[in-house]
Formats: sequence, C-alpha cells, structure tokens
Amino acid sequence: MKILGFIIQKEFKQIFRNKGMLPIIFVMPFIQLLILSNAATFDIKNIKFSYIDNDHSTYSRELISKFEASKYFHVITDFPSEKKAKLAMLNGDVNVILEIPKYFERDLQKEKYANLSVTINAIDGASAGVENVYVNQIIQNFNKNIQVELFQPSNSNIASVDILTIPSFWYNKTLNYKTYMVPGILVLLVTMITLFLSGMNIVREKEIGTLEQINVTPIKKSQFIVGKLFPFWVLGLSILTVGLIIAKVIFNVPIVGNLMLMYLYTSIYILVILGIGLFISNFTETQQQAMFISWFFMVIFILMSGLFTPIESMPNWAQRITDFNPIKYFVEVMRMVMLKGSGFIDILPQVLKTVLFALIMNGLAVWSYKKTT
Amino acid sequence: MKLFYVFIKKEFYHIIRDRRSLFILLGMPIIQILLFGFAITNEINNVNIAILDHSKDVTTQNIINKISASSYFSIKQFIERESDIEKVFKKGKIKAVLIFENDFSKKLLKNSHATVQIIADATDPNTANTISNYINAIIQSYTQELNKDVVVSYQIIPISHMVYNPELKSVFMFVPGVMTVILMLVSAMMTSISITREKELGTMEIILVSPLKPIQVIAGKVIPYVFISIINATIIILLSLFIFKMPVQGSLILLGFENVIFIVTALAFGILISTISATQQTAMMISLMGLMLPVIILSGFIFPIESMPLPLQIISNIIPAKWFIIIIKGIMLKGVGITYLWKETLVLIAMSLFFIGLSTKKYKIRLE
Amino acid sequence: MEKVIEAKSLTKSFGDFTAVNAITFHVEKGEIFGFLGANGAGKTTAMKMLIGISNPTSGEAKVAGFDVFKQRESIKNNIGYMSQKFALYDDLTVKENITFFGGIYGLSREVIKSKTQVLIKELNLEEVENQLVGSLPLGWKQKISFSVALLHNPKIVFLDEPTGGVDPITRRQFWEMIYKAANQGTTIFVTTHYMDEAEYCDRVSIMVNGKIEALDTPKNLKNSYKADSMNDVFLKLARG
Repeated sequence: MKILGFIIQKEFKQIFRNKGMLPIIFVMPFIQLLILSNAATFDIKNIKFSYIDNDHSTYSRELISKFEASKYFHVITDFPSEKKAKLAMLNGDVNVILEIPKYFERDLQKEKYANLSVTINAIDGASAGVENVYVNQIIQNFNKNIQVELFQPSNSNIASVDILTIPSFWYNKTLNYKTYMVPGILVLLVTMITLFLSGMNIVREKEIGTLEQINVTPIKKSQFIVGKLFPFWVLGLSILTVGLIIAKVIFNVPIVGNLMLMYLYTSIYILVILGIGLFISNFTETQQQAMFISWFFMVIFILMSGLFTPIESMPNWAQRITDFNPIKYFVEVMRMVMLKGSGFIDILPQVLKTVLFALIMNGLAVWSYKKTT
Repeated sequence: MKLFYVFIKKEFYHIIRDRRSLFILLGMPIIQILLFGFAITNEINNVNIAILDHSKDVTTQNIINKISASSYFSIKQFIERESDIEKVFKKGKIKAVLIFENDFSKKLLKNSHATVQIIADATDPNTANTISNYINAIIQSYTQELNKDVVVSYQIIPISHMVYNPELKSVFMFVPGVMTVILMLVSAMMTSISITREKELGTMEIILVSPLKPIQVIAGKVIPYVFISIINATIIILLSLFIFKMPVQGSLILLGFENVIFIVTALAFGILISTISATQQTAMMISLMGLMLPVIILSGFIFPIESMPLPLQIISNIIPAKWFIIIIKGIMLKGVGITYLWKETLVLIAMSLFFIGLSTKKYKIRLE
Repeated sequence: MEKVIEAKSLTKSFGDFTAVNAITFHVEKGEIFGFLGANGAGKTTAMKMLIGISNPTSGEAKVAGFDVFKQRESIKNNIGYMSQKFALYDDLTVKENITFFGGIYGLSREVIKSKTQVLIKELNLEEVENQLVGSLPLGWKQKISFSVALLHNPKIVFLDEPTGGVDPITRRQFWEMIYKAANQGTTIFVTTHYMDEAEYCDRVSIMVNGKIEALDTPKNLKNSYKADSMNDVFLKLARG
C-alpha cells in the first residue's frame, strides 16, 4: 500500500510536468466538446434548393413561394433550363431541383392533375430521403389548398377514411441533437484521453530504459499496474465531471437520472479502457506501435458505438462485434441514466458486462507485464 | 543528390525492418474499410418496437401485420398499460411504442378517422424521427389501400429522381468518408511520430550536422510514407470498387492524382505537428486527440455540413478532409472532371504549401 | 569467505545463438568483481540473468543465497542495479527520483528523507537537488544513479558500464564511491571497457564469445599472460 503511494505520486508529477501535454489533456477535450457538439447534427435544414419554372403561371409561382417560406429550404436561385440546373448540381451548388413543366396550370385545371419533377442529389441517401419527405409535405399541403380553392364534390359516394398518426418524442421532445450528442462526445473524449495516455505509458518507460530499473526492484506486478492506472482513472473522472458541468450549464442537457450511478458506472468503465491501454503498452516495443494499435481500436470503437449511426442498422455479424465494444455500453448507459432516468436495475446488463471486461482486460494487463524476459 | 538517395534508402529500411508497424500500417486500413463499409449505415433496419393495442380489432391487426412485414421493424413486445411504456424505454431495447386508441375500426367507420400514437424514444433524435416517418408512411399506404375506390381530384403528383445514388445506398456516402479518415490520420500520425522520434532519440542532431539540407532531411523522412500511403489508398480504392461496388463515373487517373495530393497534404500536416512537439507523446496526442473527432465530425463524412450552424460551416473549411471528400464523391459518384474540382484541388495544394512553409520557418527558428 | 554470487554452467541462448555459454564462477562478499569483455561478448546478458530480469536457458546460479530461477523477487530485495543506459526519470528532480526509488524498495518516508539528505550532501548536489535530472551533465547523473542503486543498502550492486562517456575526473570520483561502498561491506559487480579500471578490481573475469576465458586478480593475470598491463592481457585474450 505504501509502495503504491510512491508510484501514484510519481505518475501525477510526470503528467503535470509535461507542459506540452497539459493543454492537450485539459483544454482540447473541452474545446472539442463545445465546438463539435454543435456540428454533430442530422437535423436537415437549409437545403440548397432551386427550381426551373417553365410555366410562369399563378400556380407555379404560388408553389415556389411555399418553398421560399419553408424553414427547411434555402432557395438559391432559379434556372432557365434543365441543363444549367444539372450543371449546378454537379458543381455542388444545389441539392434539390424542382422542375415545373410547361402547361402546368392548364393541365391542373383541365386534367385535374399535373406532374412535377423533383431531382435530389442522393449521395447522402439518408438526407435525400428526408429531403424528399419535406418536398412531398409541401406539395401535399399545396394540394389541399387547391382542392379547397377549386372545390368540386368528389365524384364518388364513398367517403375517404383517414388514419391520423400523432408522433410524440419522449425524453427529447424537440428532437434536440445536442441533448444526444453532448453526452456521446463526452464519452468519446474521456475514452480517447485515457486510452491514449495509458497505451503510451509503459511502452514509453520501456523505450527510455526506466522500466528495466523498475524491473530490478522487488515491486509486485499488480502494485505497479495499479499505480499506473490510478492517476489516469482520476484524470478520466475529472474530465467527465468538467464535461458534465459544460453539458448542464452551456448546453442545458437535462440530467434526469442519478449522478452517483453515472459515476459508479464510469469508474468501472475507465478501468476497462485503462486495462486495454496497459495491455497494448505491454506487448508493443515502441510508442509508435502502441499508438497505431490504440488508434486502430479507437476508430473501430467510435464508429461502431451506435453514437453516429444506429447499431440496429448494422448487419448481424457487425452487431455481434459491437457486443465487445465498451464505448457502446457507455453511450447506452449515459443516455439511459442522464436522459431517461434509468435506475441501477435497468443498466444492470451493461454494468455486468463492463465489470467482466474490466476484470479480463486488467487481468491481461497484469499478466502481460513481464518483469523477466 | 546521391547522399539524399542513400538517406531515403535508410528510411525505407527502417520502416521495412519494423515488421510489426508495417503490418499495422498496411493491414489496419484494410480491416477498417471492410468493417465500416458494411457496418456504418443509417438505413433503418429491424428496429425493435412495442405495441399497445386498446382495440384489438381487424384494422389494428392489419396495420400491425403491415408493420411486422416490413424489414424496418420487428415487433418485440405487446404491452397492456400506458405505464409500461416508461418501463420498456428505460430498459433501452425498444425504440418506439405504437398506441392504437380504443374502438379503432368503429371510429374509422363512423367518424372516418382514427388515431395512432407513435411514441419514440428520442434520446437518439435521428432514429426517432426516421422511425416516426417510416411508420407514418406504412400507415399512409394502408390508408390509400382503404381509399382505393375514392378518386381524389386536383392534385399535383411529384415524381422524384434520386440522382447519383438512385438506391440511396449508405455505402456511397460512407466509403469516401472512411477512406478520407484513414488516409488523413495514418499519414499525419506516421510522419509526426517518425520525426519526433528522431528528435527524442537524439539522432536528429546527427542527421542535421550532415551536409543534407533540412528540407532534404524532412523530404527523406516523408517520401517512404508517401509510398506507404499510396499503397493504402490503392488498396482502399480497389476494395471500394470490388467489394462495395462503388462506381467510378469519372477518371480513375484523376482519382489517383487527387489521392496523391491529399496524402501530401496530410503528411505535410504531420510535419507541422512534429515541429511543434518535443516528444513523441505530444506528437501522438496532437495527431490523435486533435484530429480524430474533428475529422470525423466536421468533414461531412457523417454529418451534412449544410445542416451545421454557420460558424461551424466556416470552420469546416480548414479541415482538409472536407475538400477531399467533395473531390472523391465528385469523381466517383457524379463523374465530374477537374473543371468542376479545380477549386477543391487548389485548396488542398494551398494547404500543403502552407503547412510545409510554416514547418520550414519553425525549423529555421529552432536551428538558429 | 562467504560466496554471494555462485554460477554453475549458466547459459542463455536466443534461438541458435548462444550469448552466454556455460559460465561458472563465484563472487565473494565485499569483493569488487570486474566483469570484462569486448562488446557483444555476453556481459550484459549474463548480468541480466543474475539480477533476475532475464530467464537463464540452463545451468544454475545463486545470488545473495537465492536461486535465479525460483527466487528472483527475493534476489531483487538484496541487490542494486545501475544500467548502462541512464535509467532515472529525466522529468523528475534529483530529490523526487531518490524518493521514488526509495519508495518502491519499501523504505519509509522518514528513512528516505534522512537518506536523501546524506546523499545530497555527499555528492555535493545541494544546489541542484530540485532541478530536473534531465538538465544535469552525464557525470552527475551517473553518480546519482549509483547512489540510488545503493539506497536500500543492498548486499550486492551490479554496475553495467557505469563510467561510459564520462570524463576522467568524474571517473576517478566514481571509483572512490565504489571503494567506499565496498569498504562498508557491499559487494560490487562491475562491467567495464576501461582496462585501467580493471586494475582497481579485486578480481576480474574476461569473457570472450560467451565464455569466461580468464579469471583471477589483475596481478596474477598479468603474470600468467606475461603482460605489462590489463590492456595487454585483454588484447591477448580477445585476439585468441
């Protein structure tokens, strides 16, 4: 126990003495949290919209004015020809083109229906789908208006039926992305800092030769590993704390659940990440290798965490892989406890898996640290 | 010049000798692109939902059948009470609950309308919104079936054309992004670390007292990595063509050329990092902590840049990855040539020159 | 005399290459034992087996009465080690380094405090005690390393080329420190390149290609090889 104190003291001193690192550890995460949380949104707005009006009629102008009034569309310009519009889309200047054909108004009055052509840049398939929905909504509303205006009794005796759907969004009524992203990005930042620092730690001592000096002392393997883990564990929890304050004060993210539960889970979670880091550190020879491997796992952990794209959408085999992704559980717990107020029983499956990972990874870290070659 | 050649050869040996790192450098991008190409998608698929049916009649049963027949949803649970909704959401597996009001069929016949409530777990707003839209679409199409004998008059029917990606495949959106993230991080990380490593080990001084000019020293360190990155880029492009069936509508040569430019930009950024960091540790933390999330979030890889607040749209311009993603999508999916992409290309070239210029300046200051 | 190091046919191979080939020797208590050999002769490998950070391939050895196969951690309690690569923390001060290494050898804070004071005084480090070790000249660093290796009063101290790259005056001072430690009963096991230093040792062994080719007092060695200095002895042996 006494020996542990000396190691911890030394590690803390080294962290705070590295002037080049301090801003990276203590400033960068929070700047990223502040900036990136604003950027991470799937909320489709300001769609770059343009139109080709071949009819120049009252109706065509009226329809266009509906798009101009919509908050989703940003009407860039109109084009005289389809060719010009296509070029603008190739150039990336517009993403949605509405083409109103000639005789649009005449057809509508005479034939009782008229066609419109909508061209959507669909490289981002998900956005294209949403954009299509918005275009359709505006046109449906417009249809209702003209049906009232040009009212004619329906030529059928059967009354149409209507099933209304009323969506309501729980835990995040206004579909505010920040409520969702701030806790998620915080999770990523805590994970990255602790993984990278612990991943570089032992291998760095290996490279500069001090590890050999440690290995000729009678220190126990577990003492050494725990002494190495503890400072980063404190660091991770501190970053979480500052991040939560930013989330609450600046982003106004609701914290519905029990904070103690958050901390309980996070303190186990960080152990998993540190175990992974020290394990990587032990079986690599240079800091370079350690960093490449940490980077490899970090990118996989981040992109397969369900934070940016839903896990349910992944193919089955990929979902099985995410079962081994600690970040996935952290993101889930963070959302459940913070936003929904889930209790200990609700998050028990995640807690158990995380405890299991923590035992395995730290077991591997102690095992792979060899005092003798 | 001969000296320079010898120096590059030495650097190559360094890289090739370290089998483990070489394996990591060339193997990891392959695993990542394969994994992400398949796994990263925001198409809705098999979302777990629960049903609270107060009517339990023919119509509600029909709607439930329609929903469970779609590949988007899988009905996991039937609940009986409103109070259970909270419980299932807190467990986290169920993403939405559908509530049919009582006497559904009766109301539909008598009042010609009835109500379905969709309660979505909006802790993930994007999924919640998509779920709500999809369920709505299924119910609307069912309504149309019911109304098939009613002729509606006076309507505008929009015909949508989804261009460049008619099947709305997520792969087309994400593969260029994954490619960019991998190339950017690997290249920046490799150079920044390999240069600071020499600084830390003290071997940099030995090289600097040799007749090689500093710019040659840096070039010598970077050229081997240019080759490795080109190999990586080639492998990634081949995988996206043959495994993910990405089209190359435009010129393959242009694609290669733009890749080289982007690699140089990323490597130049790595050099800049190495000039401002004293230890490998700092260099790595800057290139990993500093680059990873901004490149993923601000480049347009996952989140559409148009949707960001204006200040962030402006900030996104300084991310080289943003420009490269526009270029790749342009060449591969839109089939445009340099006449459309010269602006983005120039931005990347200007960035490379800026990074190299700044690094050289920093170097000179230090040497004096 | 008490034997504090005893090696019998101690061997270490890496694949086909035998770095240390069945060496047999012993070191007595309080002795200054010089372990000589050309670069790559196997000195450092042999030493690493004795201090318990490298597994021997075969043979047997006891250090401070403990077995190098089974009782490595007990050996570590009884030895000090100074590696040829400077291995204190550059980003800690002189005092902090001493405190840390004292701490992981299990010394109490009070003992460390008093020992630190004595050490700092002995080495004339009062002015730099709170400076980062990384900023000190190599000679000072080496002296601090040696003191740190002695901190927990080990029975044996292993020194791997302790004076490499140090100026002659500092080397002289360094050897005075070694003598002082030896006089207080500590056994010194030292490898070196400098043949003049070999003359200071009580006994020396000379390793060639993984084997100990000669082992005796410097005086006897010079006599039996009919050489004027240890340098000549070494050259005769190394050339074969």
